[in-house]
Amino acid sequence: MADSAHPVEDLHLRNLTKRFGDHAAVDDLTLTIPAGSFFALLGASGCGKTTTLRMVAGLEDPTEGSIHIGDRDITSLRAFERPVNTVFQSYALFPHLDIFENVAFGLRRRGIKDVKPQVEQMLELVELSALARRKPTQLSGGQQQRVAVARALINRPDVLLLDEPLGALDLKLRRQMQIELKRIQTEVGTTFVHVTHDQEEAMTMADTVAVMNAGRIEQMGHPADIYELPRTVFVANFLGQSNLIQGSADGRSGDDVLISAFGETFRVPASRTFATGSSAVVGVRPEKMTILDLVDADKVPSDHNHLQGRVTDVSYTGVSTQYLVMTPWEQELIVFEQNMIVGDRCEVGDEVVVHWSPQHTFGLDGTAGTTVGVDPEVLDLEAASQALISDVSGS
Amino acid sequence: MRWLRKNIIGIIAILVLIYLFIPIAIIIVLSFNKPEGKFNISWNEFSLDAWTNLCGVPGVCSSFVTSIQIGLVSTLIATLLGSMIAFGLVRYRFRGRSTTNLLIFLPMATPEVVMGASLLALFLNLRFPLGMGTVMVAHIMFIISFVVVTVKARLQGLDPRLEEAARDLYASPRATFRYVTFPLVLPGILGAALLGFSLSFDDFIISFFNAGTLVTFPIFIWGAAQRGIPVQVNALASLVFIIALLIVLGAQYANHRRRRALEAPLPSPVLVDRMSRS
Repeated sequence: MADSAHPVEDLHLRNLTKRFGDHAAVDDLTLTIPAGSFFALLGASGCGKTTTLRMVAGLEDPTEGSIHIGDRDITSLRAFERPVNTVFQSYALFPHLDIFENVAFGLRRRGIKDVKPQVEQMLELVELSALARRKPTQLSGGQQQRVAVARALINRPDVLLLDEPLGALDLKLRRQMQIELKRIQTEVGTTFVHVTHDQEEAMTMADTVAVMNAGRIEQMGHPADIYELPRTVFVANFLGQSNLIQGSADGRSGDDVLISAFGETFRVPASRTFATGSSAVVGVRPEKMTILDLVDADKVPSDHNHLQGRVTDVSYTGVSTQYLVMTPWEQELIVFEQNMIVGDRCEVGDEVVVHWSPQHTFGLDGTAGTTVGVDPEVLDLEAASQALISDVSGS
Repeated sequence: MRWLRKNIIGIIAILVLIYLFIPIAIIIVLSFNKPEGKFNISWNEFSLDAWTNLCGVPGVCSSFVTSIQIGLVSTLIATLLGSMIAFGLVRYRFRGRSTTNLLIFLPMATPEVVMGASLLALFLNLRFPLGMGTVMVAHIMFIISFVVVTVKARLQGLDPRLEEAARDLYASPRATFRYVTFPLVLPGILGAALLGFSLSFDDFIISFFNAGTLVTFPIFIWGAAQRGIPVQVNALASLVFIIALLIVLGAQYANHRRRRALEAPLPSPVLVDRMSRS
């Protein structure tokens, strides 16, 4: 499949903006998606990721800005003139055509007479040769998904756009299709731009993830880099879980920035601090923390950040144990610990010390608070359970 | 008593069906009758006369053909216009769109007597000669409403992503319409046409006002009823009924086959795997 007439080229979005009335769905987006990469646009619903995708496909006109593939400006080309194909959410397979004709559709519209060899090769790639004469409704969700991919890929687009392609599948099938899509991408070498709200999906599949929020890109990079060093509170919360403590940056000690919060001082390497003003947030991922009984407090390495607290919940999940630790200022932190040692776990009510390396700490701008990017449903749930607890204990 | 309680719904259903079908059955049975005297209302003697000599009575066949002609032409024009109106109403936002939506319903709500009479007044005022032309104009007018409503429903149920997918797959606006939109809306258009034809074929009131000296099949029967309806009318009516029945059965059979195909087991994964490798 790698014998395309022209080499695959980068996709450039320049100052791309889409306004619906006063609302900017996509706000001055400038972005280069490298040729042949598996690129994920990650964000909550309404963040502008689908609008971005539709503008690249030509199904939506940008208000401002341009779209280039290599040196070619495709901004003013109409959808059917663009070397770009889309795998739609819920697939949009043509119900009146069988699988073969669905896959052959793009070739036929471009006036290619002998479509059979290509269609057959494509159906083989997605392992659906036996079902060529079925109608889409006769196929399972996973099979329809593969037809949608084949129907788009057969045209050898410069860029393949995937709009939440796995959203309609159940969890097990989704995992399987993630691997399958990744395999197909490696095999054909086409640039894949994948839009999703599922951070795990984005991290497992993509080599570059761009986290989008309110029409802008918050952070972009390799999934591991973003996870290890989020640059904004939104990214820290949206991509995985984070413990974030509101404080203020008020000093330096060598290469470290000192952030104080609630009477404690935390060290964050200057290279890992993105706070511009004095309002800052200290962050650390739950699995980077170690939990110790208070009597073992002397075992905390001297250069580690640490704080005291009381265990309020312990859930054993097999691979790891998840603790909730209440700080003296009534903030609940999450700590994951690998179950390396049998027995000797902390219990609810234990006074403990939690510590972690400054190398795993990050400092963020704190002007927007610590809950930006947390799923609003989670916040609601927390508020509701708090209310319930005070209700029950009050009566 | 218990038996009755268990089967009461079935019994009522059978009674209702008998009630519905007795008139049709009588028409068919009497088409094989050789009536005594003018009126074909009581069984006298079996005969195939009416069936072997369908056009035996002057005016029967010519009125039948007239009605079919009117039905075909009106349906064709009304379906074409109505489908275009439906597309316009669903796809475009324009001034007066909601008014049009409302006005389209009016012909369906207007009593036929009123519509027939006012059309007649219009044609007389315009000094438009009454005949096949005026009947067709009248029929087209009331069929359009039904076509618009039916096709609109179908169009609104169409997933807009299918057309986007077509555009994404190199189909120009024209090709998108031809290969995706039209085939998907076609069942709705055909249904509308079928409905339109049957409405036109058996319309009496509006036709009667605007026919002048033209005699359609319903007008012929109405006229004949005064003097005794010829057996040929029963035969022709039976024929129409049987054709309609065959169309319905055909559609049911096609549906049934499609559903059977859907329920057929998919090849096992192993088989698929082997076939895809060979």
